[in-house]
Amino acid sequence: MRGQDLLHPRPEGLYCPPGDFFIDPVRPVARALVTHGHGDHARPGNTAVMATQQTLDIMAIRYGADFAQTSQVAEWGVPVKIGDCTVTFHPAGHVLGSAQIAVECDGLRIVASGDYKRRPDPSCQAFELVPCDIFITEATFGLPAFRHPDSKAEIAKLLRSVAQFPDRTHMVGAYALGKAQRVIKELRDAGYDEPIYIHGALQKLCDYYETQGIALGELKPATLEKGSKQDFAGAIVVGTPSSFADRWARRFADPVAAFASGWMQVRQRARQRGVELPLIISDHCDWDELCETIDEVGAEEIWVTHGREEALVRYCELKQLRAQPLHLVGYEDEAE
Amino acid sequence: MRAFAELLDRLLLTPSRNRKLQLLVDYFRATPDPDRGLALAALIGDLDFPGVKPAILRAMISERMDPVLFGLSYNFVGDLAETISLVWPTGNSGAGDGLPLAGVVDQLSRVSRSDAPKVVAALLDQSTASERFAILKLVTGSLRIGVSARLAKQALADLGQADINEIEELWHGLHAPYADLFAWLEGVADKPVPQAQALFRPVMLSNPMTETDYPKLDPADYCAEWKWDGIRVQVVAMNGAQRLYSRTGDDISGSFPDLMQAVNFEGVIDGELLVGDPQGRTATFSDLQQRLNRKSVSAKVQAQFPVFVRCYDILQAGEDDLRTLSFIERRKHLEAFVADLDPTRFDVSRFVPFSSWEELDEKRKRPPHPIIEGVMAKRWDSTYVPGRPKGPWFKWKRDPYTVDAVLMYAQRGSGRRASFYSDYTFGVWSGPEDAPELVPVGKAYFGFTDAELKQIDKFVRDNTIDRFGPVRSVRANRETGLVFEVAFEGLNRSTRHKSGVAMRFPRISRLRWDKPTAEADRIEVLQSMLEG
Repeated sequence: MRGQDLLHPRPEGLYCPPGDFFIDPVRPVARALVTHGHGDHARPGNTAVMATQQTLDIMAIRYGADFAQTSQVAEWGVPVKIGDCTVTFHPAGHVLGSAQIAVECDGLRIVASGDYKRRPDPSCQAFELVPCDIFITEATFGLPAFRHPDSKAEIAKLLRSVAQFPDRTHMVGAYALGKAQRVIKELRDAGYDEPIYIHGALQKLCDYYETQGIALGELKPATLEKGSKQDFAGAIVVGTPSSFADRWARRFADPVAAFASGWMQVRQRARQRGVELPLIISDHCDWDELCETIDEVGAEEIWVTHGREEALVRYCELKQLRAQPLHLVGYEDEAE
Repeated sequence: MRAFAELLDRLLLTPSRNRKLQLLVDYFRATPDPDRGLALAALIGDLDFPGVKPAILRAMISERMDPVLFGLSYNFVGDLAETISLVWPTGNSGAGDGLPLAGVVDQLSRVSRSDAPKVVAALLDQSTASERFAILKLVTGSLRIGVSARLAKQALADLGQADINEIEELWHGLHAPYADLFAWLEGVADKPVPQAQALFRPVMLSNPMTETDYPKLDPADYCAEWKWDGIRVQVVAMNGAQRLYSRTGDDISGSFPDLMQAVNFEGVIDGELLVGDPQGRTATFSDLQQRLNRKSVSAKVQAQFPVFVRCYDILQAGEDDLRTLSFIERRKHLEAFVADLDPTRFDVSRFVPFSSWEELDEKRKRPPHPIIEGVMAKRWDSTYVPGRPKGPWFKWKRDPYTVDAVLMYAQRGSGRRASFYSDYTFGVWSGPEDAPELVPVGKAYFGFTDAELKQIDKFVRDNTIDRFGPVRSVRANRETGLVFEVAFEGLNRSTRHKSGVAMRFPRISRLRWDKPTAEADRIEVLQSMLEG
């Protein structure tokens, strides 16, 4: 069996003919396997969905309990037969519940890694390396210019700024699922125990993380109690990136715009967005980790998708590995 | 190096002047000598590494990585030093607590040209990406983080609760790493005694004349001069050394060798640097710009745009400090002094006779020369006091030019204005009368009240037709749109802008909600001002 007979792109998403399912379809299909809960990977309206329990829970929080007609829980590491093939879910280290999906048929194994990262993250399961014949890697930060620093150092930078500007509000833009909880969790791990104020859009997901054993400390809604901007002076407020461009943000005292994202590595990006304090904290692998994963996974062939495919394909060529870009439509850059 | 790198990153992204000052003061307070003094020298562009040429950087990186991968990265990042700092093969963790800035500066300043690639590479190997960026910016000599020498000096003044004029006066006698300066500012040593020749004297500045001011003033107490639109300079010649300083104390002698050759006196003169010939024509500010911020000036440029100083005041003649004399006394000295100088390079600013403020008001509104931007009124008995004392000197500018333009694009502000569309690009009509289109002529982000900002912000959000990152394209056609009355100080010809003009100091002077966009001005209105 050739790789493209087991998985190939279709307009709806990555399709598996022997199992008759799609991975992370962008439009409704009969059977979907979902890697993780981000909106561009997990969409409502499919007939049957298979995902990890946490991803299913997150989809229910975001889309309501009727996000699909039927759902099936994928247990970590337990092979499940679908049609003529077997699928297994392994942790991807991207956000809570995020999975790589190994698809196997006639002795050929392809791992669709979805979005993944290798760094320790106190808010989700750690990435697991799954040996395979063909590895499908993301390439969100697939350029040698992306080398994420240690997130602890970035959190320390934020805390230094809070100490230096105690009269200002630090507004941290962070994607609602995963990044926000990770930033909060890392602040707690760094010893910050003041209340953290959150935008309403984060509340349900933060509550859910708590139920999954990720302690986020005292969170308060970032709403004005008595109408004074000074309520938030010296505080850290976490909100979605778009909320800070919104009128919502006007309630804060002389805010410092911070943004937690791998894109913040590039100063001009930070500048264009009006970010004063870039925090390079990413849910994705940086270049070194992408290369390392390609080296370690032992696949004979690499398919590169969503992001900067060209550079990673070039890296594989230099390593004399077979590689090709896999053109999937409908996936967005992180928080852009 | 780590603290310095973080300082650079923060300064680069902090738009507020006061917050920049705070970052600088905190850094100076927390950083030991000599690192802080070297950082200060780096910020104001006072460090020189003769053995390290920026051209070696490309060669260094091409030895270390695949050129295709480098090219892809460079295309994405857009800045060479930043790209190299990020792609450098040793990753992002750096060595321990980072190298001391002093060690880095020392190595870079002593290295020979042949050893430079090896030494720079070793420094980059031991650094985080952010530190590498700082090192590479030091090496390429262009920090571009929005910190002027004046701002750095203000931070020093804030650090030591000192008067910035004291620092200005000392400045050119001090040298990196400025340990004596910091010791004085922190109160552990006496004020340093400058050793250098030809030091800068802090400049006396004026306040704007307002309608409430002049009714209270007696015109007989004041003289008036034209306010020329060049750059204010100070020519200092002492003990055989000659310097030309900008109003903020930057030494700009290097850009004006033609003028410096004519400095054959001992003394300190305050005046306006202009292009042209004192006896003949005075050229425009655009022409003067041909001479500013140049490291070397060709003979052709010197001949085409000759400069001269129109002298306003004299601070010192020979050994005698004249600053405590009255203006009228200094003026007598000035006239006698300038009479002996090269008449193609120096002349004395003429008085504008007037007997009442109303008469002067008429004159300042109709200056006889396009390079005059109003009048100065100075008390006859005023001594020369650094800074901006209220009362002795007034500037009374002619009214700004105005044009009615249509809002085309709006960009989100920063800091306090991060949630507002507060930076506006506006345009005027151009093209054929029957099919006119808007062409952008400028950008402004102040001149309106907070209440007006809210109204414009709402207009922008309600009339957005396209978005590009933080910028919104706003509905603007013959039927709908928002007209601004834009005030500005002058126009320059520009090859960089599609409209061919660039405004000086544009700001929104009025919101014309009442005005139909079709009645906004046409580009020809601006073009005719260029020819004037």
